[in-house]
Amino acid sequence: MTVLLRPLRMIWRRLTAMRTALILLFLLAVAAVPGSLLPQRPLNPGKTASYIKDHGAWGRFLDAIGMFDVFGSVWFAAIYLLLFVSLVGCLVPRIRVHARALMRKPLPAPRNLDRLPESGRFETSAMPGDYATAARDALGRRWRIEQREEASGALTLSAEKGYTRETGNLIFHIALLVSLVLVAIGRLYTYEGQIIVKQGDGFCNAVFNYDSWKPGRFAAEGKVRPAPFCIDKLTKFTATYTSDGEPEEFRADIRYRRNVDAPQQTTSITVNHPLRLEGDRVYLINHGFAPSITVHMPDGTVRHDTQVFIPSDATTFLSEGAFSELGRDGARQDIGISGLFAPSPVDEGNGKIGSASPQVNDPELSVFVYRGDLNGSGLPHSVYTIDTSKMHKIGAANLRIGQTKHLPGGVSVTFDGWVPWASLQVSHDPAQGYLLVSALAMVIGLLASLGVRRRRVWVRVGPAADGDPGSPTVVTVGGLARSDSGNFTTEFAGLLERLRAAGTPAERVPTSIGAGKDEG
Amino acid sequence: VSGINGSAAHLSDGLFTTAIAVYALAMVGYTAEYAFGRVARKTTAVAAPSRELVGAGGPAEVTGSAPDDVAIATSKQPGRGQTGRWAQRIGRWSVVVTVLGALVHAGSIAVRAIAVDAVPWSNMYEFASVAGLVGILAFLGVLWKLPALRYLGGFVLLPVILMMFLAGTVLYSKAQPLVPALQSYWLAIHVTLVSIAEGALMTSAVLTVLYLVKSRYDASRIKSERLFNLASKLPSAETLDKGAYRVVAFAFPLYTIAIICGAIWAEAAWGRYWGWDPKETWAFIVWVVYAGYLHARATAGWKGRAAAWINLLGFGSITFNFLVVNIVVSGLHSYAGLS
Repeated sequence: MTVLLRPLRMIWRRLTAMRTALILLFLLAVAAVPGSLLPQRPLNPGKTASYIKDHGAWGRFLDAIGMFDVFGSVWFAAIYLLLFVSLVGCLVPRIRVHARALMRKPLPAPRNLDRLPESGRFETSAMPGDYATAARDALGRRWRIEQREEASGALTLSAEKGYTRETGNLIFHIALLVSLVLVAIGRLYTYEGQIIVKQGDGFCNAVFNYDSWKPGRFAAEGKVRPAPFCIDKLTKFTATYTSDGEPEEFRADIRYRRNVDAPQQTTSITVNHPLRLEGDRVYLINHGFAPSITVHMPDGTVRHDTQVFIPSDATTFLSEGAFSELGRDGARQDIGISGLFAPSPVDEGNGKIGSASPQVNDPELSVFVYRGDLNGSGLPHSVYTIDTSKMHKIGAANLRIGQTKHLPGGVSVTFDGWVPWASLQVSHDPAQGYLLVSALAMVIGLLASLGVRRRRVWVRVGPAADGDPGSPTVVTVGGLARSDSGNFTTEFAGLLERLRAAGTPAERVPTSIGAGKDEG
Repeated sequence: VSGINGSAAHLSDGLFTTAIAVYALAMVGYTAEYAFGRVARKTTAVAAPSRELVGAGGPAEVTGSAPDDVAIATSKQPGRGQTGRWAQRIGRWSVVVTVLGALVHAGSIAVRAIAVDAVPWSNMYEFASVAGLVGILAFLGVLWKLPALRYLGGFVLLPVILMMFLAGTVLYSKAQPLVPALQSYWLAIHVTLVSIAEGALMTSAVLTVLYLVKSRYDASRIKSERLFNLASKLPSAETLDKGAYRVVAFAFPLYTIAIICGAIWAEAAWGRYWGWDPKETWAFIVWVVYAGYLHARATAGWKGRAAAWINLLGFGSITFNFLVVNIVVSGLHSYAGLS
């Protein structure tokens, strides 16, 4: 048994040593670097995929060792878990030691106080007992003081202060551990859904309504269900711009219910001001345009359609999208339209349009009209594109609002107008409130552990050397800075002055201060 | 519908340039005091080598019993003493000039605030300007407590002037209104805390460099005349090391609070409190490195020079986060204002 235990104990001691913790801290810092310099899959899957494609074997190798998801990788987890264990191993004995120090009385005075880093000596006419009482008052309540009587008859005061420093230190580290645990708990219970809502539409908070859904483990297993609130209607989306085209405000005015049976309420969501309800937060993430068209189909029917277009240019909001109008089954009479929407159109020549700004100013819709079978190759494709493999192009046009393009076969396309859309994100993390409390505890602990100074002072009050009752009482004071000494020399000089004043001296006795020597 | 007050923006730019010029003048003054003034120290351990460097005029007299073991010597001997007094006068005037520069600098920032009608630190140029002012004010604050450190002014002003020059040329961006994502009172809180913490950590890095030079000087047996001439006039290695530490002990909790405020803001603006955005990642790295520094100072075998290098590594990370992450790496914190 001991054969097994000894190496284990050795590993444990190694792991909990400060040196190991330091090295782990640096590993953690170094390990985070690639996470900021390489594209990360959870943040930007598209960029990551193209990076891997561009870098061939090197890209695949980086992928294999988790470089594109650094903060979810095994080795990153290994470092912080080891640090976590090391911290626990370091903290437990320290808590025990500190608890004992809190219980214990300050240590007895050393024999020679003038050998301490700071020391001083003066005389007073007060009786030793009276002076000791006066000195206790002079030190004040911030010191923990223990009075003892030595065999020689001298009285000693052992004073200590700054216990809060270690208390703060322990609070900081414990709160750090608690924070990590809360982050992990949050990860388990979290979910995040995104949905694009056209002005006039709405949705209820249910998984199947979302365009994208990122559940934590419990949400994926169905143990955490989205709160049953509804954003009934995006009544109005407003984008405001300054005179020189800089965005100024994005605002989504909505009607919502806290739950299915609750009365309707209205509010607005802006950037920086999410709607918080039932433990969820609803954010305004993005916005864009949804053009409306009327299509005369080959079979004579008329379709009205409004589709979400996605901005392909983040600054000018030139947007792309598609309309899919199904005709009679098997008749190859479907109409597919892929389009470009320019909020502030500019002619780029050859019939191409661009956009000058995201502000809407006589917008233009560029359409490419196809006829045939929309269900072409059967492969999945984005709803913002059409599969033209079994279709043929019957025309193209740039339309302003109200304009119509007539095409062969009785087909026509009219650009009717547009509505804005807003992309909303619903997020859920039940642990984040507790995490904030824990983070505040970290700050308080940190302030105490870096701001409070640990000090020890001893006072020896004795009758004059020859024991002559008429002679003055001799007071020796010694001090020691147990932590970052700051300017203990000055601090001690002030303290000595206070102690001397407490003795109401019979005559002015010059105070002599020992050689000032700080101890770091 | 808010626009930009063009004439105010122009005035702010003019004041900024003036502030750089005034600081440069003050730096010349500090450097003159450093070069021609006389410095001696109480610490007997290093008195021997320093004495011969202090000059041919014999042992310099130490004035005052400042708790810090630095004091400007005022030799009563004629000739050399004249130079010393002259240097002192230049040093005192340099402080006046620095205060003047700080006023002009603060004016530039205030006028910029009026021009953009918001807190003026939403891009790299504005941030660098504010951080520079914080550095200057921190130094003036130190002088208030420890006037004897005045002759080190050049070491503080040099990086500030370089940073401001960089801000005014490469990083410059015109006054612009805030984009919606920045329209939050957290901008004032988060960015102010970051600039104060990083300005202070810059001061700590300067002290650390001086500490490394000084401790190298103390350790070397042959005192080379050129470079080390300067080192002999520095405060003791212990003082510099302690000063660097105390500044970190002040700045680290501030930086922690700044990160927490950033997380609170990120939760409101981006839908999550932490998302390993490149800027967040580097803030994390900086935090971990300075945490390492604080621990290293308490660990046998890491105290002293090793810890000092960790401090510089931390400031290197801050610089990387400010320059490289803002300009090269794209992320949510892309407000550099450069195009």
